[in-house]
Amino acid sequence: MNINENRLQDIDIQKLIQEKKEKRKVLKKLEKLVPVFLFLAAVVSVLTTFGIVFTLLSEAFTFFSDVPIKDFLFNTDWKPWSGSFGVLPLITGTLLITLIAIIVALPIGLSAAIFLSEYASDKTRRIIKPILEVLAGIPTVVYGFFALTFVTPILQSLLPDVKIFNALSAGIVVGIMIVPMIASLSEDAMSAVPASLREGALGLGSTRFEVAMKVVLPAAFSGIVASVVLAISRAIGETMIVTIAAGQSPNFTFDPTSSIQTLTSFIVQGTSGDTAYGSTIYYSVYAVGITLFVFTLLMNLFAQYIARKFREEY
Amino acid sequence: MVNLTQLRENNSNIEVATKENVFEVSNLNLWYGEDQALYDINMNMGKNEITAIIGPSGCGKSTFIKTLNRMVELVPSVKTSGTIKYKDSNIFDPKFAVEDLRTQVGMVFQKPNPFPKSIYDNVAYGAKIHGIKKKKDLDIIVEKSLRDAAIWDEVKDRLKENAYSLSGGQQQRLCIARCLAIEPDVILMDEPTSALDPISTLKLEELVQNLKEKYSIVIVTHNMQQAARVSDKTAFFLNGEIVEFSNTDVLFSNPEDKRTEDYITGRFG
Repeated sequence: MNINENRLQDIDIQKLIQEKKEKRKVLKKLEKLVPVFLFLAAVVSVLTTFGIVFTLLSEAFTFFSDVPIKDFLFNTDWKPWSGSFGVLPLITGTLLITLIAIIVALPIGLSAAIFLSEYASDKTRRIIKPILEVLAGIPTVVYGFFALTFVTPILQSLLPDVKIFNALSAGIVVGIMIVPMIASLSEDAMSAVPASLREGALGLGSTRFEVAMKVVLPAAFSGIVASVVLAISRAIGETMIVTIAAGQSPNFTFDPTSSIQTLTSFIVQGTSGDTAYGSTIYYSVYAVGITLFVFTLLMNLFAQYIARKFREEY
Repeated sequence: MVNLTQLRENNSNIEVATKENVFEVSNLNLWYGEDQALYDINMNMGKNEITAIIGPSGCGKSTFIKTLNRMVELVPSVKTSGTIKYKDSNIFDPKFAVEDLRTQVGMVFQKPNPFPKSIYDNVAYGAKIHGIKKKKDLDIIVEKSLRDAAIWDEVKDRLKENAYSLSGGQQQRLCIARCLAIEPDVILMDEPTSALDPISTLKLEELVQNLKEKYSIVIVTHNMQQAARVSDKTAFFLNGEIVEFSNTDVLFSNPEDKRTEDYITGRFG
C-alpha cells in the first residue's frame, strides 16, 4: 500500500508541463504559421480560377475582334476552316448529349439511391455502394470505346438510321458514366434524413415507398438537386466519350441518330497539332471555352436557386 | 356493486369484466438478436382508458409500446413470440397488414418529429397518403385535428409556415394533431414530454386527459407523477417483465410488490 502511494505521488504534473514547455517553443511558433499556410493554399485555388477566367476572356476578346459576337452567337454554321464561326451547332450538340445523358441517368440514379437508402440492408449497401463508386473511377476514354464498339453496334441493329458516330450512343454512355454520381450523392442526402421522420410517417400507416417519395425525397431535395447538377455539369464538360463516339461534324440538329460535335470535342479538335498559333481558329477555342464556362456557371446558379427555393430544413 | 378492497386483493392483472379491451397481450416475448428484452408479458388495455407504463431506463417499456404498432420491427434483428390481439385479430398474423395496424394505432414519439413541411401539410399528410385529396375535406380535417390537439388558436394564422418555426411543445402538439388527423383508435405515446419544458408538459397532460373521451391511450413515461396524474391504469416494468399492473391509484398508494414500492418511492431507478 505504502509503496504504491509513494509511486503515485512521485509525479509533479505541472513541473513536467513546464519542462516540456521549453522544448515545445519551436512547435508553438510553427503553430502561428499554420493558418498562413492554409490561407496560401486557399489563395492558390482562387488565383488559379481567376487566372483561367482571365486567359479565356483576353484570348476570346482577340477572337471577337475578328468575328462579330452576333455572328458567333446566332450563326447556325460552324465551319472554322472555311471561316464561319456560328457556335449554335456546338451548343445544340452539347445540349443533345446532356439531355440524353440525363434521361438515362436520372431515373436509374435516383432509383438506385432510393433502393440503397430506403430498402437495402446494411450488408447489401456495403457491397453495392463501393461497386457503384468504382464505376465512377473508370477512365472516360474507356467509356468512349465502350460507346463506339459496344453500344453503337447494338443501336445500329435496332435502328438502321444510326450513324457510326452518333449523339445517341455517346449520350447514353455519358448517362451511364454519371449514374454513380447521382446515385451515390443522392443516397448520402437521403441517408442524412433523420430516422425520426421516417418513423413519424410509418407510424401514420405509410408504406415504405410512400415514406421514400413523400417524406425522404422532399427532405433530401436540395442534396439531390446538387447531385444532379454536378452530374449535368460533368455531362456538359465531358470530352473523351463524345470525341470518340459522337463524331466531329457540327450539325445544327436535335436528331440523336446523327453525328454531331460538342463544345468540348471542338476544343480537342482545335487544340490538336494542325491549328496554327495566332489564327482565328486558335482564338475560337477560347471563345468556345468561355461559352462552356458560362454554361456550367449558369447551371450552378440555377441549381443553387432551386435548392434554396425548395429546401426543407430539418 | 363492485367491492374495491376485494378488487385490490385480487391480483391486479384481473380486469373489470365488462370493460372492452383494445389490446390483449398474451405471453409476449421479444428478442433483439440473442438478447431477450421482454419476458412473458400479459396485459390488457381498455377502451377509452389511459394506460401508463413506467419503469427505469432499459426496462423494455419503449420496446413494448413499439411492439403494439410493430414499429419495433424496424430493427432488423427483432424476433417475437406470443400474441397481441387488437380487436380480436393477432397483429403478428401475416394477413394483418402492418400499414392497416398503424392506421388504427397511431404513435407520438419521444422527440417531436414534424416533417420539414408546412404546419398544414404536416397535419394533412396522413389523410393524403390514405387517398383523401379534396382540398375542402383536407381543410376540415386539418382544422379539426389542430383544434382537438389544442393548438389551433396558436397556429391558425400561420398554417403555411414551416413546422420547425414552432416551439418544442407546439411541435409535439402538432405531432399529436398529425396523429389525430387519421382518427386512429389507439394512440401510443412514447415519453411524449421528455423533451419538453414543465409548462408544455402540463399542457400536454391536459390534452391527453381530454383525448381519452375519443381515444384509448397507452403512454410510456419516465415521470411517475405524470403517470399518477394522467392514467387510469399503470404497469410497472422492470428488466423486461411486468412487476405490477393495476389501477393507478392502487399502484401508487398501495403497491403489492416490494420492487414497485421501492421504485415509486424513489429508492432506485
